Amino acid sequence: MPDEPAPVTLKLKVNGKPCALTVEPRRLLVELLREDLDLTGTHVGCDSSYCGACTVLMNGRAVKSCTMFGVQADGAEIVTVEGLEKDGQLGPIQTAFAEAYGLQCGYCTPGLLLSALQLLGSNPKPQESEIRKAIAGNTCRCTGYQNVLKAIRLAAEHMAKG
Amino acid sequence: MVKTETEEKNWVGRPVPRKEENRLLRGRGKFADDIKLRNMLYLGFVRSSYAHARIVAVDTSRAQARKGVVSVLTGPEIASETQPFLEIGPEPCAKIKDYPLAVSKIRYQGEPVAAVLAESPALAVDAVELVDVQYEPLDPVVDVEEALKDESVLHEEAATNRVWRGVFEYGNVDQAFAEAAYVVDIDRLHFHRFSSTPLETNVILAQWDGKDERIYYWCNNSFPSFAIQFLAAHLGVPIDRIRVETSDIGGSFGIKITSYPQMAVCALASRKAGGRAVKWVETRSEHMLASAHGNERTFRRTRVALDRQGVITALVSEHLDDCGAYPRYEPLGCVIWSQVFPGVYRFRNARIDFTQAVTNKCPVGPNRGYSRMQHLWFLERVVDICAHQLAIPADEMRLRNYIRREEFPYTTPNGCVYDSGNYAKMLDVAKALIGWEEWKKKQASAREEGRLIGIGIGTTLDSGTNNFGQSQIVNPAAPFSGNSQGANCKLDIYGEVVVAVGSCPQGQGHETTAAQVVADVLNIHPDTVTVRTGFDTERNVHTGFSGTYASQFAVSGLSAVHGAAQKLKHEMTRLAAFALQASSDDLEFGSGSTGPEIRSRSTGASINYWGLSNIVNVNSAVLPPELHDITLNCRYVWRAPFKVPDKEKKYGSLTLTYASQLHIAVVEIEPETFIPRILDYAAVDDCGTRINPPIVEGQVYGATAHGIGAALMERCVYDSLGNMLTSTFSDYTPITAMNMPNVKYGHIETPSPHSYSGAKGMGEGGAAPLHAISAALQDALSARGIVIADSFNNGDSLFRALAEQKSGQGTKPVKVERRS
Ligand code: FES
Ligand code: FES
Repeated sequence: MPDEPAPVTLKLKVNGKPCALTVEPRRLLVELLREDLDLTGTHVGCDSSYCGACTVLMNGRAVKSCTMFGVQADGAEIVTVEGLEKDGQLGPIQTAFAEAYGLQCGYCTPGLLLSALQLLGSNPKPQESEIRKAIAGNTCRCTGYQNVLKAIRLAAEHMAKG
Repeated sequence: MVKTETEEKNWVGRPVPRKEENRLLRGRGKFADDIKLRNMLYLGFVRSSYAHARIVAVDTSRAQARKGVVSVLTGPEIASETQPFLEIGPEPCAKIKDYPLAVSKIRYQGEPVAAVLAESPALAVDAVELVDVQYEPLDPVVDVEEALKDESVLHEEAATNRVWRGVFEYGNVDQAFAEAAYVVDIDRLHFHRFSSTPLETNVILAQWDGKDERIYYWCNNSFPSFAIQFLAAHLGVPIDRIRVETSDIGGSFGIKITSYPQMAVCALASRKAGGRAVKWVETRSEHMLASAHGNERTFRRTRVALDRQGVITALVSEHLDDCGAYPRYEPLGCVIWSQVFPGVYRFRNARIDFTQAVTNKCPVGPNRGYSRMQHLWFLERVVDICAHQLAIPADEMRLRNYIRREEFPYTTPNGCVYDSGNYAKMLDVAKALIGWEEWKKKQASAREEGRLIGIGIGTTLDSGTNNFGQSQIVNPAAPFSGNSQGANCKLDIYGEVVVAVGSCPQGQGHETTAAQVVADVLNIHPDTVTVRTGFDTERNVHTGFSGTYASQFAVSGLSAVHGAAQKLKHEMTRLAAFALQASSDDLEFGSGSTGPEIRSRSTGASINYWGLSNIVNVNSAVLPPELHDITLNCRYVWRAPFKVPDKEKKYGSLTLTYASQLHIAVVEIEPETFIPRILDYAAVDDCGTRINPPIVEGQVYGATAHGIGAALMERCVYDSLGNMLTSTFSDYTPITAMNMPNVKYGHIETPSPHSYSGAKGMGEGGAAPLHAISAALQDALSARGIVIADSFNNGDSLFRALAEQKSGQGTKPVKVERRS
């Protein structure tokens, strides 16, 4: 087996906070978030980029952090579920998920919240088909998506009211 | 200011927001993989690529030499230090030797052969590749009927692949057949293998601590009481030395019940590493290959007797259950299906010859709808096939055969007591929801255009709170019967109301519903009740049945919580009567300016919970001797009112409550691709009194998604060599938001006379979508003479069925004898 490659130093902003870390080049972004930064709200559900439990925003776009290396996020701005509340108050999408019973075990929820945030950021009044498409890459095994769809519709309403 | 009137609020039955949300929505859930321990090591399993093979040699030297590798464990090493796991079944099952790592033979692809311990997860992955295993391949058996020929035997010590066989016979079958107007023969039906695949995989942290010689687990096992019983016997340690803690769990659906073999390896690895903590995080592929799947079942030589009106009078059939390579939790599945022996139907005469066998596939475990859904699907197929053969409409056929509302409580031919229900009414509600008549018209005109649209009904049961005495039907020597759950309700030193339960919920909202129950007993707001869920052996509330499985928390868990809260209330009343110098009938529970309190109606004097707790905990010299028994810390064990079933006759009450579901699916088979698409879907549920309606509704949606996924997309596929072809999500394709139709939800409530609140356990959903979708496909294709004989259908299988039919190659799986 070849020698371990030299660790890499990278800088990124996570939930508005700048951080600098030195990691193995093969460190995945999700490992970096969970293990190095202790942001355990981002989860892992598969090995194949299918389930979206690991979804975070990178420079405003939803990405699957299990399928990216940490080094690819050098210089990027990342938002994880931990960055959604403001001064301890839940954000509008989080509130809508609570009101619509949009979660059960909550394992998929962080990923869904971020996919929903990306959707509503660019499309404040999505059609149902657009919501379904936006979360097509987020598997939820508990809710059957019914209340998730309801929650995202409700979030759009909340956000429209401001 | 003291409120003079008692706030009369029933929290049970209301849509109380879930307490769980606050942490889960902030990313502050505490899932097992979120836990880190000092000086922790990481475990990786070396797994077999063969399904059936002899292990010739395991060479761990390259792995051991690798930097960062602490040790490697192998099967023979574990076998020399432990006892094989207990087998629940009698011989031949009892002769099987099951160790958590393969000792000399491989019996399914992905079976662990060795375990590597390393300083980081990445190093563990690297080191797994460095363990060299030499195999001598053997003939794999992947089909249950092949397995039963015993040409290639998995467990030589048992000398057969048969795990268990039993005949369940009731009524007078021969007479009913002699008197039948019609006899329908169905050669073969098949219920496929799938898994509800929780999104969070199995995770175990274990530490065999040399300081106190105890084993600590932080994990997401969903039936820890069962796991510790298996582990203590296997590891040879007293059970009180094993502490299991669970916290948030990312779904289980029963699949996480059977993680005890991996728990054993993690503990042994920790001991070998001198007591350092060990973490194992299952990868998705490992989960798909080697955690647990649901039971696959084949139904052979079914014969149905019917009278002139199409009422089923008798049924005989041979059921062959495939439990994969090791029976483990099985052969309980060999009897659990009989909780719903006649389904929702009235027939009294039946003989079912049930056999279970091992095959070279992943061991099965209890998967949502466990063992009953296979049987309920079978019965629904029988009803639909008979209806089509006799040209009776599917809804009419059901009405003629359903158990009637006035017959509840209904004792089934095998002695189970269905508590309540109204299936005909559910059918009405579902038909109204879906627009039955309109769809019938649309279907007729679509047929004229050559389109294939089918409408199918699935009626099913979710039996909850089981009598573990049914294990004795499988094994008369099994030391299990009844069912119980524990709970503790206390006032902590500053008067906080704290409830602990022995469940380990995975999204069912136990914190919320338990708080609702206590809030009603003490007449306080649920927000003032703290509920400790998640299993913890040291909380001392669990019984041997504690965990979260088998649709029972609403009955067994909440009955325990209710009992504990009442016990506490009784103590609080006595104490308050002393403190306020009032009589107990003069006291009322409520909330005042300082929060929850008890007050005297006549004097207006009150004492809050801190005041009460203060007396008992830190001011006890004021307490008169007659109140010394008061602890304000009340443990209550609720026991289900069961008897041991009659083992010979296989007769008795096997479950306490019977929630029911009725689904209607409208499905179109696309003409070009043959892909079945759901056009409309209705789900009606009856779980008696609903403790928290939106939580119930959520469970219905979730179970519906699992059923639809299983009917059309999700299947564990093995090739003839026992290679699993669906070992990633991309191959297994769990249902997504793109495939899930909108569900029209309805409900009726027939309160259960068997639970204090009228609630029935629910959550598994009885796999209603599998029944409804098979029925709809049958309806779409019956004009072409096609019978839906498999629970899994997709574009490929439907194309084949239609092509075979066209070319005249199709077999005639159904025969009808008309005697009148
Ligand atoms: S864990 Fe990243 S997509 Fe599943
Ligand atoms: S809430 Fe459990 S996976 Fe979505």
